[in-house]
Amino acid sequence: MSATRVWVRHNLGERLLRYTLWLAMVASLVWAIRSIEIIPEFLADAPEQMADLLIRMWPPDLAHYYPSVHAAMIETLHIASLGTLLGVALALPVALLAARNICRNAALNTLAQLILVSSRSVNSLVWALIFVAVFGPGPAAGTFAIAFRSVGFVGKLLAEAVEESTPGPLEALEASGAPWGHRMLKGVWPQVQPAFWGVALFRWDINVRESAVLGLVGAGGIGVVLDDAINFFQWQRVATILLAILVVVLIAEVLVTRVRARLL
Amino acid sequence: MSAARAPFPPNWPWRIGAALGLAYVVYASMQLGITGARLAQGWGEAGRFLARMFPPSFARWELLLEGMLESLQIAVLSTALGILLSLPLGLMAARNLSPLWLSGPTRAVIAVCRSLHYVIVAIIFVKALGFGALAGVAALTIASMGFIAKLFAEAIEEISMKQVEAVRASGASAGGVLLYGVVPQVASRFIGFGIYLLDSNLRNSTLVGIVGAGGIGGTLFAAFKRFDYDFVCAILLSIIALIFLAEVVSGRIRAALR
Repeated sequence: MSATRVWVRHNLGERLLRYTLWLAMVASLVWAIRSIEIIPEFLADAPEQMADLLIRMWPPDLAHYYPSVHAAMIETLHIASLGTLLGVALALPVALLAARNICRNAALNTLAQLILVSSRSVNSLVWALIFVAVFGPGPAAGTFAIAFRSVGFVGKLLAEAVEESTPGPLEALEASGAPWGHRMLKGVWPQVQPAFWGVALFRWDINVRESAVLGLVGAGGIGVVLDDAINFFQWQRVATILLAILVVVLIAEVLVTRVRARLL
Repeated sequence: MSAARAPFPPNWPWRIGAALGLAYVVYASMQLGITGARLAQGWGEAGRFLARMFPPSFARWELLLEGMLESLQIAVLSTALGILLSLPLGLMAARNLSPLWLSGPTRAVIAVCRSLHYVIVAIIFVKALGFGALAGVAALTIASMGFIAKLFAEAIEEISMKQVEAVRASGASAGGVLLYGVVPQVASRFIGFGIYLLDSNLRNSTLVGIVGAGGIGGTLFAAFKRFDYDFVCAILLSIIALIFLAEVVSGRIRAALR
């Protein structure tokens, strides 16, 4: 009889897989460190440069906030809100097409999924670049960038919510001869309503954050003011703008968390 | 008798809400200068724009590959650094293991890291550290800390304290408690978060180049500025392919580790 028995958590294949993954991780890290183009002098004086920048930013030029930064901030909030509304409106039909229990056509399901995936794969800044080329610089481009980016996010989560709804109410309405619009409104909508508001609010929160940077590529909002201040090296104004963005983003997050907690 | 009774009574709060929403859309559109004429003109431009994007031109594939590899390096390094810095931050922010005087300020730091968009952080670092991948790595490291330290802290807050107390009762040091009481409970979730972070950093690293922080974003922005729309299309397709590939691979790895 053997006195001790050795217990092993993973079998040979699992262990090999784990070792391979660890090896791949270390190898990619080493590759990245060795081949990335970082100028050693820049790295050496980085802390000094950062400290210098922060000293130049202090104290923030708060008098600069009103009126120009304030107007840009309001514009940013309009871009975020209007973009979210437009995105949600565009996402609703796509989500219904993507939900396999509503739309029974496999080809249409795939098409809708394709629309949702491509919307999500392109970043909002890239969408902004595209729409600046289409509409010219200005908040219109920003609004459409936010909307097109939101479609994928809202549509995907909404389609999942629709697919998870129980078929009972829908079948009951169908049996009573209700038209398609009534079936959607009274059979599906009440079930997905909480998810819908949660997703829309969450997306609005993200959009407030993202619309702050759209101005860097000329798509309107507070990013334009920020870009100007940086290009003129007005660091105290930059600090004011950054503080304003920080405050608005934090307020938006708290607001959304509160409202969601009451809704759900 | 009424001829046809409405099956459902009208929902007035809903109608009023919809009217208010519509009024806001009209008001905000006016504020932002979005008019029908401009949209019509814009969609005409969109047709021309799309026509110039196709077919995509991969003629300058060396430039494309170089940018993509740099984005990949930025993503790997910022993920590694971000995780390394987030481990202590997450522990310090966990309210069940840290005293309030430590967890409160740490949470505030994490909230600030999360609130500033990574592109804004990248601009600041480009001004402070100069153009190039270093600024991108620094910016995405900050963004990673905001993103993952919060998840780490939440995971640590959800652990069972029984094991921690058991290890502590056996006389283990603080490090021992951490290593044998806390880490085994959160390790698998942390690995999941780490892969998720790599995924997200890969997306973001293709973008920080727009403000000069290295990676394919710089190439993309330059191509846009020079109206090389067929090259733009090639870059966009490559980025989408890379992100899609990363999603598939990270999904596989997560499934294998489970």
